[in-house]
Amino acid sequence: MIKIRNMRQFSDSAWKQVILVCGASSIVILLLIIIFTLREGLPAFTEIGFFKFISGTTWKVANDDYGILSFIVGSIYVTALALVMSVPLGVFCAIFLAEVAPNWMRQIVRPAVELLVGIPSVVYGLVGLLLLVPQISKLGGSGDSILAAAIVLTVMVLPTIISVSEDSIRSVPRVYKEGSLALGATQWQTIWHVMLPAARSGILAAVVLGMGRAIGETMAMIMVIGNSIKIPVSPLDPARTMTGSLALEINYATGLHWNALFACGVVLLIFILALNSIAMVLRGRTQQ
Amino acid sequence: MRLSPPVTQKMAWAACWAAAFFAIAALLTIIIYVFARGVGEIGWAFLSTDPIGGLSGQGGIRSAIVGTIYIVVLTLAMAAPLGIGAGIYLAEYAGDNWFTRIVRWVIETLAGVPSIVFGLFGFALFVIALNLSFCILAGALTLACLVLPTIIRTTEEAIKAVPQGHREGSLALGATKWQTIRHVVLPAAMPGIVTAIILAIGRSVEETACLYVTMGGSANMPITPLDNGRTLSLHLFYLAMNTNAMEKALATGVMLIIIIVIINAITRWLSSRWMIRMQGRV
Repeated sequence: MIKIRNMRQFSDSAWKQVILVCGASSIVILLLIIIFTLREGLPAFTEIGFFKFISGTTWKVANDDYGILSFIVGSIYVTALALVMSVPLGVFCAIFLAEVAPNWMRQIVRPAVELLVGIPSVVYGLVGLLLLVPQISKLGGSGDSILAAAIVLTVMVLPTIISVSEDSIRSVPRVYKEGSLALGATQWQTIWHVMLPAARSGILAAVVLGMGRAIGETMAMIMVIGNSIKIPVSPLDPARTMTGSLALEINYATGLHWNALFACGVVLLIFILALNSIAMVLRGRTQQ
Repeated sequence: MRLSPPVTQKMAWAACWAAAFFAIAALLTIIIYVFARGVGEIGWAFLSTDPIGGLSGQGGIRSAIVGTIYIVVLTLAMAAPLGIGAGIYLAEYAGDNWFTRIVRWVIETLAGVPSIVFGLFGFALFVIALNLSFCILAGALTLACLVLPTIIRTTEEAIKAVPQGHREGSLALGATKWQTIRHVVLPAAMPGIVTAIILAIGRSVEETACLYVTMGGSANMPITPLDNGRTLSLHLFYLAMNTNAMEKALATGVMLIIIIVIINAITRWLSSRWMIRMQGRV
């Protein structure tokens, strides 16, 4: 009997060790990613200067001259344009799913939105390349443009915005809605003046999360944005995103070029970190 | 002019319906377009020959299918045990203190980091520093890092959703902590954990950016994981960017969409089963 109990205790503590090793090694790996990227990127910041690096407009590998302003502008331009289109669409869609839709319609829209999440980004890129780019080239330019990239992104971030906004609209206490309706407000007045303001933090979190997804998208952007290094002005201009530059150049980079690309990765990390923190604060506020 | 409330409401309803129709129309456009132009290419010859590679765009997708299977299996073999272990650790052993809060924050943040940043890391560490050169294994290692945060979070949530009473009952009967986890908590959390694994499979199939910079992208049939190779998503990307074989690219897209639809269906089925089970037990 004592022997059996010892066996049990042995296996108990052995398994605890195994779990501990798994937990610790995952955490070490994840920390390693951040430390590694920082370590490889820092030389570019010290050699070029942080401010000069992010405000420089030229990126010439031959001259060892690296400034990523055009990539930052490209990323932000595409993301902003995509949000201008996807936020109204997404929020109205969320209102529809939470408050307006008849049940049968909900059962069509939900799986459709779920499927949109799953479609690989290269498929979005391919459809953008074959369907959008030729149409946009009729407006001027080659068609590979910020506008094409923004439309592709609009569809890609829509599911994120819809699902997070819908959750926050649904979590508005019932009494708010009932109180407003009891005072004689119409259903829409209730949604617009009572429920949306109450769900504001959650909807903002949805927008911020969508922004994070948009800034991180890589392959679909490379396929439709034209990848030119010039700072874009019109939405019909080609451009390049931060992510796109990393993917296109890292495999043949050496020396300072290598460090500059990692530094660009660090800038990307900072963006994501800032956006995630904002989203976390906003979601925390919703839960209260 | 001010519109009367009923008129505003009608317009708002119209806007809501229009937004929902846009979402459905976008999905249908993508799927119908890809299937209409791509499905004609698919046949036994397409599935059973290797692509020629380079600028030609001719050939099928056999080596890309093998590459995809390699990537999915290797990624899961590495990420699933680690991720599930870490999830169990965080949910059952770690408690709540400053250290675990930082760990959770790191995991949460990494789940949102763009895949190309993982690609940079994987390229620098696995391809260059560990001298694996471009190969399927380097891609799978990178992808394992990418899906790890998601597996950890989903596992932890699934385990935390198991009612505390289950654990107390088991401990009260004299079971050790591990016996409780193994025979009571894990079976109850299993559908959630399986969902985490299936999500990771889906991610591995659709992921491109971090593999683009680590796998090499050779069109030849990979024999061992140390061979250079490509997945279906990568194959689609190379076809679209380097060749004129758009029908073949779309046909590859058809294969990808079919795989994703199957994965979605399995996830939905599992999570509905899980809901029933949890409701039945609580």
